[in-house]
Amino acid sequence: MKYKDYYAILGVERGAGADEIKKAYRKLAQKYHPDVSKDPKGEEKFKELAEAYQTLKDPEKRAAYDQLGSGFREGQEFRPPPDWEKQFHFREGDGAAGGFSFDDLDLGDLFESLSGRARRGGGARSRAAMPIPGEDYEVTVHLPLEDAHRGTQVDLALEMPEYDAQGGVRRVPKTIKARIPKGATDGQRLRLRGQGGKGVNGGRDGDLYLNIVLDPHPLFRPSGHDLYLDLPLAPWEAALGATVEVPTLDGRVSLKIPPNTTAGRKLRLARKGLAKPGGGEGDLYAIVQIVNPTVLTERERELFEELAKQSRFDPRGHFTEKFHGD
Amino acid sequence: MATEHSEAFWLHAEQTISIEELAAVSGFSVAEIAELVEYGALIPEGEALFNAQCVGCLRKAARLRADLELEMHALALVVTFLERIDALESELRKLSARLPR
Repeated sequence: MKYKDYYAILGVERGAGADEIKKAYRKLAQKYHPDVSKDPKGEEKFKELAEAYQTLKDPEKRAAYDQLGSGFREGQEFRPPPDWEKQFHFREGDGAAGGFSFDDLDLGDLFESLSGRARRGGGARSRAAMPIPGEDYEVTVHLPLEDAHRGTQVDLALEMPEYDAQGGVRRVPKTIKARIPKGATDGQRLRLRGQGGKGVNGGRDGDLYLNIVLDPHPLFRPSGHDLYLDLPLAPWEAALGATVEVPTLDGRVSLKIPPNTTAGRKLRLARKGLAKPGGGEGDLYAIVQIVNPTVLTERERELFEELAKQSRFDPRGHFTEKFHGD
Repeated sequence: MATEHSEAFWLHAEQTISIEELAAVSGFSVAEIAELVEYGALIPEGEALFNAQCVGCLRKAARLRADLELEMHALALVVTFLERIDALESELRKLSARLPR
């Protein structure tokens, strides 16, 4: 069994009072809680904090922990003093309930089973007494835009707790095939009823929640169910008007560019956006960008020079209109 | 390795959920949800019906309550802020999509 220094995890001295421990936990929990923290290691750190606090806030568990001794390093293999386990009340069915080996035990699991306090999922006795709902799970699912548009099926690999007849718990790999209906947008949530952990004694099965994240697409940017696409045009296409081909999620379509189109103008292609869950589709907006050729042929240069001589267009005319001080 | 197949249900703004169902999935009791409504943190859509989008915020709030030992009054504030963050992040995503690259 590996030693965990719960006092060091919470950043308190071994003699710290209950209030000091609570304060230290709250301060660190606010920093690392996975629903608050953006730290990628936040969840792992928070689990350590919660385990340390669950043990040290309970006087019986803390006394048992203190009696393990204090001369160990974090992560060091160790064994409790002889007959240590006989002084405390462990739940039946758990590893510490008499005649056990410490070798494969996790310190957190050991203290969770101490004094019969029910964790989520319950111990052997509580499982026999009352229905206990299964655990809910939340998973982030990354989807390509095309899959969100058409609907897809994803395989979710999860590890779920399973209880044996003695009340022992083990994690079992499980694959859920989830059909994701068309209409997903970034940040949306889905609920898969009853696909979380199994309920015990008639308790309802837990649910599985999917948080949808759409993968970045090289062309389209989703805005709700609308899509945005940058549409590069040559200066003469923008000035004279043209018919150009643009890509959509359902194939190419022709788009008519009106004459005198300016950069930044949004051209709407109705119902060419993402499919909506209740039916219908969002729109596709093509944002005009006017792009110059990077290399001009001799003839192109002549034509541009001719245009420059003939044109009275002043793209900076509004500078002088707005600033009379010049 | 067991394999199961399941349909998925959207939790979005167009879908409503009853207070009993919300209690079953959110980690709050019916009475606590009523308290959150009283504090103005949740606004029902019609009689005892709620926008299904609030499920995500409420589940986060329930986890924060369990892990940080928050009281109901503080939780009402948390739910309000979580909903505001959700709305702002969604708006930010929409607006940034409209900017040319």
